[in-house]
Amino acid sequence: MIRLNVNGKLHAVDVAPDTPLLWVLRDTLGLTGTKYGCGQALCGACTVHVDGVPQRSCTTPVSAVAGRKIATIENADRSRVGKAVQEAWRKLDVVQCGYCQSGQIMSAIALLSQNRKPTDADIDTALAGNLCRCATYVRIRAAVHLAAKSLA
Amino acid sequence: MSAMTIENASRRNFLQGVAGLTLSFCLPAVAAPAAAGKATTVSFEPNAFLRIGSDNSVTVIAKHLEMGQGTYTGLGTILAEELDADWKTVRIAGAPADAARYNNLFWGPAQGTGGSTAMANSWDQLRQAGASARAMLVSAAARRWKVAASEITVRDGIVSHPPSRRSLRFGELAADAAREAVPANVVLKEPKDFRLVGKHAPRKDSTEKTNGKAVFTQDIQLPGMLVAVVAHPPRFGATVKSFDAGAAKRVKGVVDVVQIPSGVAVLATDTWSAKKGRDALTVDWDESRAFKLGSEEILARYREMAQQPGLVAHQAGNTDQAFAAAAKVVKASYDFPYLAHAAMEPMNCVIRLSAEGCEVWNGEQLHTGDQHQLAGIFGLKPEQVKINMLYAGGSFGRRANTKSDYVVEAAQIVKASGGKAPVKLVWLREDDMRAGYYRPLFHHSLEAALDANGKLTGWRHRLVGQSILMGSPFEAMMVKNGIDGVSVEGAANLPYAIPNLRVDLHTPTDIAVPVLWWRSVGSSHTAYSTEVFLDLVAKAAGKDPVALRLELLGDKPRHSGVLRLAAEKSGWGTPLPPGAPGTRRGRGIAVHESFHSYVAQVAEVTVAADGTLKVDRVVCAVDCGIAINPDNVRSQVEGAVGFALAAALHGEITLKGGAVVQGNFDGYPLLRIDEMPRVEVHILPSAAKPTGIGEPGVPPLAPAVANAIGAATGKYPGRLPFSTAELRA
Repeated sequence: MIRLNVNGKLHAVDVAPDTPLLWVLRDTLGLTGTKYGCGQALCGACTVHVDGVPQRSCTTPVSAVAGRKIATIENADRSRVGKAVQEAWRKLDVVQCGYCQSGQIMSAIALLSQNRKPTDADIDTALAGNLCRCATYVRIRAAVHLAAKSLA
Repeated sequence: MSAMTIENASRRNFLQGVAGLTLSFCLPAVAAPAAAGKATTVSFEPNAFLRIGSDNSVTVIAKHLEMGQGTYTGLGTILAEELDADWKTVRIAGAPADAARYNNLFWGPAQGTGGSTAMANSWDQLRQAGASARAMLVSAAARRWKVAASEITVRDGIVSHPPSRRSLRFGELAADAAREAVPANVVLKEPKDFRLVGKHAPRKDSTEKTNGKAVFTQDIQLPGMLVAVVAHPPRFGATVKSFDAGAAKRVKGVVDVVQIPSGVAVLATDTWSAKKGRDALTVDWDESRAFKLGSEEILARYREMAQQPGLVAHQAGNTDQAFAAAAKVVKASYDFPYLAHAAMEPMNCVIRLSAEGCEVWNGEQLHTGDQHQLAGIFGLKPEQVKINMLYAGGSFGRRANTKSDYVVEAAQIVKASGGKAPVKLVWLREDDMRAGYYRPLFHHSLEAALDANGKLTGWRHRLVGQSILMGSPFEAMMVKNGIDGVSVEGAANLPYAIPNLRVDLHTPTDIAVPVLWWRSVGSSHTAYSTEVFLDLVAKAAGKDPVALRLELLGDKPRHSGVLRLAAEKSGWGTPLPPGAPGTRRGRGIAVHESFHSYVAQVAEVTVAADGTLKVDRVVCAVDCGIAINPDNVRSQVEGAVGFALAAALHGEITLKGGAVVQGNFDGYPLLRIDEMPRVEVHILPSAAKPTGIGEPGVPPLAPAVANAIGAATGKYPGRLPFSTAELRA
């Protein structure tokens, strides 16, 4: 049994210790907002926060995050920054297919939690690991700025 | 809408319209006479596309797949406009698979999404559907209030009678409206009265796609469901000779290992166990009939074929005479690689067998074809294949597979495992990238004849590449005299007035790499070769690229319209601000029509001394008829710029000895945010019927960038993706 703290809830999961956190979230806990895209930390669709830091859950063995604070997209609206990011995303209709957007939003929340006034270059650096095949990048940049403005 | 017949069939009225338009109007199963204001579960379903609940909910049934292109929002907007619904209360639901009611009107009897047809084929249909429902609500209100229908107004989901200051919400009239006859004729709005079309109707899927609640196929979890991961052959055409499942079966969570026509499937209680099981398999492949050529060998063969004339796709005037009399001849050739769609959600499908038939969960793009394929596998009737429509995490053409490849694979696993448990087939990224069905590799060669005055008198264009449509159900419709229409689209219908023109095609049939439409299909390569070559012609003739195009587009006002707009908005003709020392900057333009929409783009690039390329800005001008959702048009074109730029900078699937080299995003990089240029999208006002916008933003991007590179460096890339080495100072 591995003990997990996900979105403030405690779980004991019976899975192989090498199982990536991604599949535990999705298949075991039913938190399907976190997506599978590549399995090799190349696309960022699986981004979650571990102790507030963005991390690729597809290459994070579940045993490595036992007892640490894991936050997923399902938890995003519980913080002021998360709410601001989601609202900005909605206001600008950033999404297209939407599959990568959980990861984009989790990376954006992490950025704005550290840097309340990011430049375009800051945004590009923080989100360069999050691929969007629909290439919604123009709006992602604009939405991060809009969220920053609303938090100011 | 005259000559309609209404026939009552088990509480459903089927109404047949004219001109191939078949609308099925179903009346509610329960329409008990309810006292006004009394809460009931009654709903008003005036037709196949709309449901109004007594709780005031307005649900638009979308017959097309939402894969990111905004189709749910667009379809909802059209219907809600004529219904005069309150956009905030409109919800969208995916239609079931039922081609009798939900066929794509441009595809005859088949239901499906593709070719940027969703808005174009639904425009009249959903306007009629919305207007009929509105008329029935008005009739019901007139009857209840005992007033003339002409005195009644409708706005934002409220039906009012201003003289008596009475009003009712849609939900309060739902039960009464359900008893009204479907009107034989309805009057549609004048465009000047539109309140949603052409205005801002926010996307309907933004909330659930930003909180993790949107449901994709990957997210489906059914009771007792098993997850299948498959060992696929290393080369196209290879088959299983034998396999050892011993180690796989010892992996905790693995339930079964079965052989299927496309490989060996491992079924497990969860995805990770299935993957571990698949990785533990030992499979001996029979590669005696496998395809073993590499990309370079295929390309060499195509170049050889291009030395000989092909089948004529288009001919005008006499090109031989034009070239014999030419003062100057310009020649170039272009090579295009195989490209993977690489949607963020790898292909997947859930299938459950039941006593009634089979049930599918999928981001479904070709309903009718997939129903037939599954019916064949399970010995069912197509209508026994029920399809639950889900969002697709991208497709770009991949989920519209006429061979139903991944859907069939899921079904074969269900069948081989005895149909006991529902199965979710999960392709890992490598399975998805190596499964084929690529944009075909193409070789183009072009020649232009100029007379002594620099006038373009002759044009020869030869294309070599595999056919997408031969052997598919679309062959009869779109392959004529051996010419696959989508191999030469954009080339055979070149818009430029050139007196002597010949376009011919070689279609190799011995290359066993599966190919498919990839966002913008043939135009993904023909726009490049024609538009980059035209810039070479302009250079040879000493003419400005925009001026030459306008001169040759005399009778093509929509091409000229977007070209002029893009040129104006980009500051064409004004000097570009210089870049950092040592860099070279350039501006390039391209224009292309695809799917009856017209797009021109101007790209500004900076090329560093080491050849590194940065696209700084792209200005787009679009004519897609009436822009139903202008913000979505902008969004699609912005995205198309990024999608096309990914291919121009990085996109290449290569084969070595028949095996696909790339497997993940390290070998096949997509565009990253730091590579995304600034994008401006300008929409040309239009009163023409809406045409597509999912694809038409893609074709002009790569040629506009190549022409900008040409302007900066004098080198016009002849091979995609662009080579940094070739652009060194």
